[in-house]
Amino acid sequence: MTTLLRVEGLTRLFGGLVAVNKVDFDVEEGKIIAIIGPNGAGKSTLFNLIGGTISPSSGKVFFAGNDITGWKPYSIARAGIARTFQTTALFEELPVYVNLVIGHRMRTRSGLWDVILHTPRQKREKNETTAKVLEVLEFTELGEYINAPAGSIPQEAQKRLAIGVALMGNPRLLLLDEPTGGVGMGETDNIIALIDRIRAKGVTVCVIEHKMRMIMSLADRIVALNFGVKIAEGDPQRVCDDPAVIEAYLGECIA
Amino acid sequence: MSFFFNQLVIGIQLGSQYVMVALGLTLIFGILDISHFAHGHLYMIGAYLLYIVMVLGGINYWIALIICMAALAVGGVVVERLVYRPLRGQPHINTFIAAIGLILVLETLVRGIQPKALSVPKPIDTTLQFAGINMELQRLFVIIGAVVLIVLLQLFIKRTRLGTAIEAVAQDREGAALVGINVNRISALTFAIATALAAAAAVLMAPLAFVSPEMGSVLILKAFVIVVIGGLGSMKGAIVGGYLLGIIEAMAIAYISSAYKDVFAFAVLIIILAIRPTGLFRGRD
Amino acid sequence: MAGIVRLWKKFPSKYGKAGIIVLVLALAVVMPWITSKYNVRILTLAMAWAIAALSLNLILGYTGQASLAHGALMGIGAYAFGIFAERVGLNFWLALPIACLVTAFIGLLIGLPSLRTKGPYFAIVTLCFNVIVYKVFENWQWLSGGIQGQVVPQPSFLQQRWARYYFVLGCLLLTLIVMHFIVKSLLGLTFMSIRSNENLAEATGINTFRNKLLSFVVSCFFVGLAGSMLAIENGQLDPTITIHLNSFYILIFLLIGGAATLSGPLVGAIGLYWLLDYMKKIGIKGIEEFRYLFFGLILIIVIIYMPRGLVGGLKQLWEWMKSRLKRRKIGEVPE
Ligand SMILES: Nc1ncnc2c1ncn2[C@@H]1O[C@H](COP(=O)(O)OP(=O)(O)OP(=O)(O)O)[C@@H](O)[C@H]1O
Ligand SMILES: [Mg+2]
Repeated sequence: MTTLLRVEGLTRLFGGLVAVNKVDFDVEEGKIIAIIGPNGAGKSTLFNLIGGTISPSSGKVFFAGNDITGWKPYSIARAGIARTFQTTALFEELPVYVNLVIGHRMRTRSGLWDVILHTPRQKREKNETTAKVLEVLEFTELGEYINAPAGSIPQEAQKRLAIGVALMGNPRLLLLDEPTGGVGMGETDNIIALIDRIRAKGVTVCVIEHKMRMIMSLADRIVALNFGVKIAEGDPQRVCDDPAVIEAYLGECIA
Repeated sequence: MSFFFNQLVIGIQLGSQYVMVALGLTLIFGILDISHFAHGHLYMIGAYLLYIVMVLGGINYWIALIICMAALAVGGVVVERLVYRPLRGQPHINTFIAAIGLILVLETLVRGIQPKALSVPKPIDTTLQFAGINMELQRLFVIIGAVVLIVLLQLFIKRTRLGTAIEAVAQDREGAALVGINVNRISALTFAIATALAAAAAVLMAPLAFVSPEMGSVLILKAFVIVVIGGLGSMKGAIVGGYLLGIIEAMAIAYISSAYKDVFAFAVLIIILAIRPTGLFRGRD
Repeated sequence: MAGIVRLWKKFPSKYGKAGIIVLVLALAVVMPWITSKYNVRILTLAMAWAIAALSLNLILGYTGQASLAHGALMGIGAYAFGIFAERVGLNFWLALPIACLVTAFIGLLIGLPSLRTKGPYFAIVTLCFNVIVYKVFENWQWLSGGIQGQVVPQPSFLQQRWARYYFVLGCLLLTLIVMHFIVKSLLGLTFMSIRSNENLAEATGINTFRNKLLSFVVSCFFVGLAGSMLAIENGQLDPTITIHLNSFYILIFLLIGGAATLSGPLVGAIGLYWLLDYMKKIGIKGIEEFRYLFFGLILIIVIIYMPRGLVGGLKQLWEWMKSRLKRRKIGEVPE
């Protein structure tokens, strides 16, 4: 198995607070990795560091053999890392299908001259995008909302749409920050099924989750953080039984 | 050398005016997230009110100062209530547009009634001289007045419960609402204080310059420059930035060019923002 | 029944729209024959302002960046045209595109530092640029042509008032068509994604800075065109054409008409320009002097009660009526 993502000694300070502290881990291609940890453990910050939204104080991130530390978010996305945000981020006033079109934009090149001269390239890329949109709409089962503004559809569908937008650029690695956060317990099945289908497509997934039952069934491997430090790593059962993890969660971790 | 000190005094006096206007603006920006672009025009109204009360009404200058501050405080509350509060939660640009509307209303109103520039007599028309520095007494009044008001404002904010509430809202609006602070009352209060400060600046400055309908428009831009450089919502930043800008300007006028006197501030801002897109000091983002 | 409903749903978007466009276009074409010479001049100027509002619409309405330098850039376009056509003595057809390109280039220079900032910061920085440009024109006699200003030559085919009217109308249509293409393209959607959520756009692989810069530069090209049109119609330029108040007026035309629509800037610029002029010449003393007061009041009221502008508001009303109608129809035809 090849290593797709490698994080080495990643550290980020906010003033005096060490939000992420010398974290190392590898993600193997085709696997689902779960990142767990109590509130404020530094999970989202870790994703922001990998995705380039914020830059690390020290440490490195390698993706598919390249050192991507300090790259701009759009370069990292183009390199093949797609992500969703903890508070669902969408182009809210734009229709669902437009959200998806924008997700595919980085794979198309037509610019101002194509617009003015109506080049065949623009036409071809529009067709490509349409085909991809239809594919992802079906994959995420969002067909019924195609024309609705993204901000107006149900919370659970919004979460799937955010994943859909991320999938539009054909990523190799998908970072999901609490994909079921804020969704009622009964409605998570759709999302879990979606993540399963993504794995089946061969996309590597890194997921932050609080719902332990979901992680136990989904993840191949777990990385546990507390106060920015990695406190455990390994297969789900091992991590869940780890005394440090149990302590961090005040004994809540009963799968 | 005495020329230099003369310019320095003028710089401090210009800076005093900037600080008084910028302090109010930074409070409003920090607390309500409103780019209150009409703040300079309320300043202008303050100067005209002084003309009405003092020159037309024959009331003593220092009493007129109090009257103008009180009247403009009420004016600020009305503006907040009628124009900005209905726009809360709207995109930033909308409040900006509303402010431009307000500017048009105020400036046209004043220009329509009295198109000519007016002058206000100095309450005590003497010039102080010491160590080669010539200084009109009114300039000293501006400088001292600003210091007194800044100290009073600091005491109010640090020492009173209402003041602490203002600071709390400036730092974290949702959090403040959660702990039971009435955000509506605080924003009205902030507008009252900010506008009264602008009125004080206008009354103190009026005897040194002409009173005209457009006197607030360049001033407000400079105040914005100060607020952005000093960090949105940061009072310390507004004070330091205001005095600094005043001194830089006075020196630039003396040693570089007076034709471009209003441009330096903006050039400085552009350079700073190009290097650090979110301002020099870290205020509230 | 379902067929009729479907047709009805299509009506406003397809046939209705085409009908309105044809009607307005026909009206615009016959206008010089059915109205006074004075009105033709006012309409010509109003259409130049409409081009300016359309250009601001690209960067503000679609890309979400509130530029307050457009007044200065319009003035730069006007002066560039005047200087190249009169002082350099270039052919009209050369001077016009060069004026637009010069404006676009200055826009690039202004955009490079200022587009690094966001939201209100960007508005303030561009406003500062506007004041600087105005002060430069005010103080640099060589550039602005001194007290007598810059004379702008009118080429022989634009001597007639109606000829200038049709020329500006043509430029307006050109601007509209280009804007229409941009808005409907992948590029246009990219711009809108930045307006909607810049961080998400960046995380979705879009180089937001480059796209904002592109949008700004294209916008500047067209505001340069608007400036050139004003220069040609007026035949004379002075530094006040670069004043920041003009930025405000362009902004007001756009927002009252309705940003992020193509008809909004047209309605706003032409309607308000005409209204302002009407208030000026109506001859009632109070109205003439206080017309900007009404203008300001309208602005405040529209922004509070109709934040999407007149066209946006009408669209909303139309959608609402349609949904009411549809509901009633469904109610009438039970299973
Ligand atoms: N931009 C920032 N500036 C300052 N501090 C920050 C910033 N972002 C995060 N933090 C701090 O870093 C710490 C880690 O935050 P982070 O959002 O990564 O936690 P998390 O593990 O995702 O928690 P949660 O489960 O609540 O989402 C927190 O203490 C947070 O307050
Ligand atoms: Mg988090």
